[in-house]
Formats: sequence, structure tokens, C-alpha cells
Amino acid sequence: MFRYIVRRLLQLIPTLLGLSLILFLWLHRLPGGPETAILGERGTPETRAQLRHDLGLDQPLWVQYGRFMKRMFTGDLGVSINTHRPVVTEFMERFPGTVELTVSALIIAIGLGIPLGYLAARKRGGLLDYSSVAGSLLGVCVPIFVLAYLIKEVFAVKLGWFPSAGRQDVAIDATRVTNFYVLDGILTGEWDAAADALKHLVLPAVTLATIPLAIIVRMTRASVLEVLGEDYVRTAQAKGLTERTVRGRHIMRNALLPVVTTIGLLTGGLLSGAVLTETVYAFTGIGQFIAESIDHRDYPVLMGFIMFVAIIYVTVNLLVDVAYGVIDPRVRVR
Amino acid sequence: MALLEVEDLGVTFHADRDVRAVDGVSFAVDAGKVVGLVGESGCGKSVTSLALIGLLPNQNTKRVRVDGSAKFDGLDLLRADRRTLRDIRGREIAMIFQDPLSSLNPVVPIGVQVAEVLIRHRGIGKHEAERRSAELLDRVGIPDPRRRLKEYPHQLSGGMRQRALIAMAVACRPRLLIADEPTTALDVTIQAQILELLKELVREDGTALIMITHDLGVVAGLCDSVNVLYAGRVVESAGRHELFAHPTHPYTVGLLNSIPRLDALRGEELTPIRGSVRDVLAWSAGCAFAPRCDRAIETCLTGPPSLEGTNHSFRCVNPEVVP
Repeated sequence: MFRYIVRRLLQLIPTLLGLSLILFLWLHRLPGGPETAILGERGTPETRAQLRHDLGLDQPLWVQYGRFMKRMFTGDLGVSINTHRPVVTEFMERFPGTVELTVSALIIAIGLGIPLGYLAARKRGGLLDYSSVAGSLLGVCVPIFVLAYLIKEVFAVKLGWFPSAGRQDVAIDATRVTNFYVLDGILTGEWDAAADALKHLVLPAVTLATIPLAIIVRMTRASVLEVLGEDYVRTAQAKGLTERTVRGRHIMRNALLPVVTTIGLLTGGLLSGAVLTETVYAFTGIGQFIAESIDHRDYPVLMGFIMFVAIIYVTVNLLVDVAYGVIDPRVRVR
Repeated sequence: MALLEVEDLGVTFHADRDVRAVDGVSFAVDAGKVVGLVGESGCGKSVTSLALIGLLPNQNTKRVRVDGSAKFDGLDLLRADRRTLRDIRGREIAMIFQDPLSSLNPVVPIGVQVAEVLIRHRGIGKHEAERRSAELLDRVGIPDPRRRLKEYPHQLSGGMRQRALIAMAVACRPRLLIADEPTTALDVTIQAQILELLKELVREDGTALIMITHDLGVVAGLCDSVNVLYAGRVVESAGRHELFAHPTHPYTVGLLNSIPRLDALRGEELTPIRGSVRDVLAWSAGCAFAPRCDRAIETCLTGPPSLEGTNHSFRCVNPEVVP
């Protein structure tokens, strides 16, 4: 198993190299450039050329790419053209919020989705089954920004149960360690800060969780239905095993295989999908920053972001493959 | 008193229309005896056995109606509540299924699948259960049982898998074993070994065995008495020797005639039963076999014949006359 993981990690190198090259070329081929974004309509051809030269954009693409790669291997993603701060620093401040949000959304989606999907399958044709199938269809169909405003309007504005924006109440002066606000509160023992940060997370996380939740419910339901018809489930029942053993060991262990794969694929989408949710809830994550950076053609930031998401995505899917091998002996690699 | 006494068992599936899959099946099984349920596909053999242990899909819902009674040591299995049935399954009554690969959980080691029965019904610890599982695998003829415990179903051969399933079934020394076509998915040499193993287990433990099969060869080698099923009804019931010597129902005769024989004359053709199991509904008024029967007469189509006779009973108004 160890050798398998090492081999998979080594396979990441060419994948990421190829990805970075394609994205680099594609990004620099986009019409417009940072100089247009910065100078706007006042820019003359001369000042533009000057700025391009200052930013090193007048050099051949392969030289620029070489410089980018060289820097990246030393862990330096360059300086943002727009904010003039190191990209790494910007990320360290903003990524934790997005990760916090994504992880919370995943916990909600998995924690609710799998039991719901299971129950819907077991009570097939019942009220719970119909409502979860209909609900999950709705969950996939309603656009995130519509749902986000709806949830915000009801639970934050009308009912006032949760805060409507931000990651932390301004009145709370919390110590920052990791920029994961909930984690910070726990690490420093500032429980009120942690609770407050958690409260701020609820609505955005629920909003972001809807689509993955819907997908996980449907996947689990279909998968459980299939497994319920398998002979080995009947064998387990014929052994007189308790409901719990039959469910855990014989139904779910088999039914979760496709669900695990789906979860891996969903994670990547969530990271980038968080942008809309963050905007609605004024949640300081990476989303808004990236949106601005696209406007400004902020190449270093965009490249850094894309590489970062790619690494996370590939890593999560590696974890999924490893988990698969643990659950299913038939795909285990020797 | 017999260990299991099935009286007038009936199973009706309520789908778009009602299907009476099993109708008035009665038979008894004594301790240490082997009873065969014989018939071709779709005659209700498996439904009968699953209904007995309450494992028909949707059993006890409004979609499936089970009537009659099945007294196991005095307890009516068809009326028992789920808890009682769960305690009986695997401990008192165990089942061996047809397709050993699909009947084993692909992602759980063989050892765990054997041990879980012991842990559930014997209340022993994991280590003790593992030790006994190895003994069980050894008993059913799986070599190197310690290593096999850790292996998964896909790593075993077909015969080994069926042996493993048998090990699970006999783990708690059940008083009744139900084997549903246990040899169908295996090749002939392995079939013989599995039958031999079952015979041995019945002899050593005094277990009663219900052998469900379409193979009269299996019946001849194993069963003490035989019930021939057709379209959900017992059409003939007799001791093994009696049945083979004096088959009475035309269907039984047909089954016997369709077995290829080594001592047949050169060029002699097999005589299959023409047609296939018909829709049970359409013929519920008369004998279900009548449309395929060479001896069918007018009265066959009017009323269902009752089961006649005590030691050798059959359900036919125009039985085969055996010279």
C-alpha cells in the first residue's frame, strides 16, 4: 500500500507540470492584460509598453513560464500585480475561510446525505423516499445564488437565528493563529470566538452543501437499492445477523463504494463553487479575491490559485483511490 | 413428531395481478433425514424454502401473502415475529444458496463471514470465533484454513466458495439445513464432492436436510424422500426407492425419461417434456400440467385433482400405469 501511494504521488508530477503549462499558455492568451486593467482608458501605447516591460510580460512566453516554474519550486508564487503583496501571503489569509466553508459543507452533505439515501432506499416508495428524491432534484436545480439569498433572507434577516454576513462578529477580538477561525478559537481557548465563527459558518455551509447533498442522497439511494437485491444480503439475513451487522457490514460497505468516488469528485467542484456563496454572505474566502484577480488579469494570483486547487483536487482523489482499496479488496493493488 | 411440518403452505404475490407461486404444499422433515424438493425452474421450490425462514422479498407486507403453517419443533415459523426468526436463522435453521460467488460478500474476508455467525449465536469472542472458523473450514475440506480466513471470496475457486458457504451454514450445528440448488453453479466433479460433504454432515450431526434441486441424480444419491413440485403444487410424493421404481405422475415420469442414460441404446433419443412451465393462473381450474401432458383427458381441465395416497401420494386423475 505504501509503495502504491508513493507511486501515485510521483505520477502527480507530470500531471501537474502538464496542467501548469496548458493553463499558463491559456491564461496569457486571454485578451487584454494587466496593463490594460491597471491603466484603463488613460493608458497610452507607450505607458502600456513600459508597464508590460516592468512586469516582465514583454518577454517570450517560454521565458516567463520558466521563471514561474523556477519560483514555484522554491515555494514562491510571486507578487500580486494588483495588491503588490506576495501571493502566498494573500492565500494564507484567504484560503482558510474557503477551506473551512468547503469542509463544513462536505460534512453536512455526507452526514445527512448517506443516512437519508439509505433510509430512502430501505423505505422505497414511502413518503421519505419520494420527498428525498423530489428534494434532491430541487437541490440540484435551484441556482446557488437564488438559494443563498433565500436562505439568508429567511434565517438571517427574518428569523435572525444566524448572522447574515462575515466570518466573525466585529465585536469579538479573537487571536489569529491559523486563520481557520473555528480552529483558532479552539486552539486559543476563546470559546465564544469559536462558537461565533461556527454560527457564521452555518448558513453559507448549508447553502454550499445543497448540491453535493442532493447528489450524495441520490447516489446512496441508487447504490443501496442495488445492493439490497444482492444475494449476499440475503445470506447475511439467513445467518440471523442483527439488523446492525447486516446494514453496516453487508449493505453499506458495498453500497458506499460509488458514493466515495462521487464525494472525491465533488470536493474539487466545491472549492471553486464556494465563490458564489462567499459573495452572497460576504464571507472572506478566496472566492472574491479570485474574481477580482480575473478582472485584473492578475497572472501570478490566478496561476497560484489554479495550481493550488489542482493539487488539492488530485490529492483528494488519490485519497479516494486509497480508501477504495481499503474498502474493496478486489481493486487492492499489491 | 417431525422436526419440521409444513402444512398447506401457500404464497401469493400481489403484483399487477395476483400470482399464486406456491399452493397447498405440505411435507414433513424428520431429524437426520433428507427430503428432496424437485422440479424445474419456476415451480416454487425456492419460494417455498425462503418463505419458511421469512426471507422472501417483501414477506409480511401486503405485497406477499403467505398462508398455511410450518411448525418447526412446535413453533409456527410463518407466524413467528422477526426477533424469534432472527434467533432461529443461522442457529436452528441454516441455508445454503445456489450461486456461491454472489452469495458471499465480496468485500469481507471469508473468516469474518464465518465467524460472524458464531459471534451472533454463540456469544463467543472474536479470537475464539476465529479459531472455530478455521476448524469449520477444515471440516468442510478447505485446505490451509488459517490462510483462507483472511482471503476474500474472489480469491477462492467455485468449489471452495460453496464449501465456505456450507461452513457458515453448519457453524452453529443447526437442526435443519436448507440447501437451494447448492451444486448448480459448480462443475460435475465438484458437485459430487459437495454432495458427499453434505451427506457426511447430515450423518455426523444428525441434521435434517431439505434438498432443493432440479436434478434427479442428486435426489437419487442423497434423499430419503422426494416431493415433486409442479407450478407451486406437490404433484407426487414418495420415498426415494418407491419414486424411482414406480413413478406415477406423468410429470415425474417425464422428468425421469429426460435424464440421459449411459446404458441407453445407440441412437436412442432423449424424451424431453414438451413445452415449458405455463402461466399458473390460466390453468388454476384444472391440473397445471395438463397442457403438457400426453395422458391428459377431459377431466384434467375441470377440477384440480387432490393429493391421493399416504405413503406414495400423487395428484393425477389419469396416472401412469407402471407395469
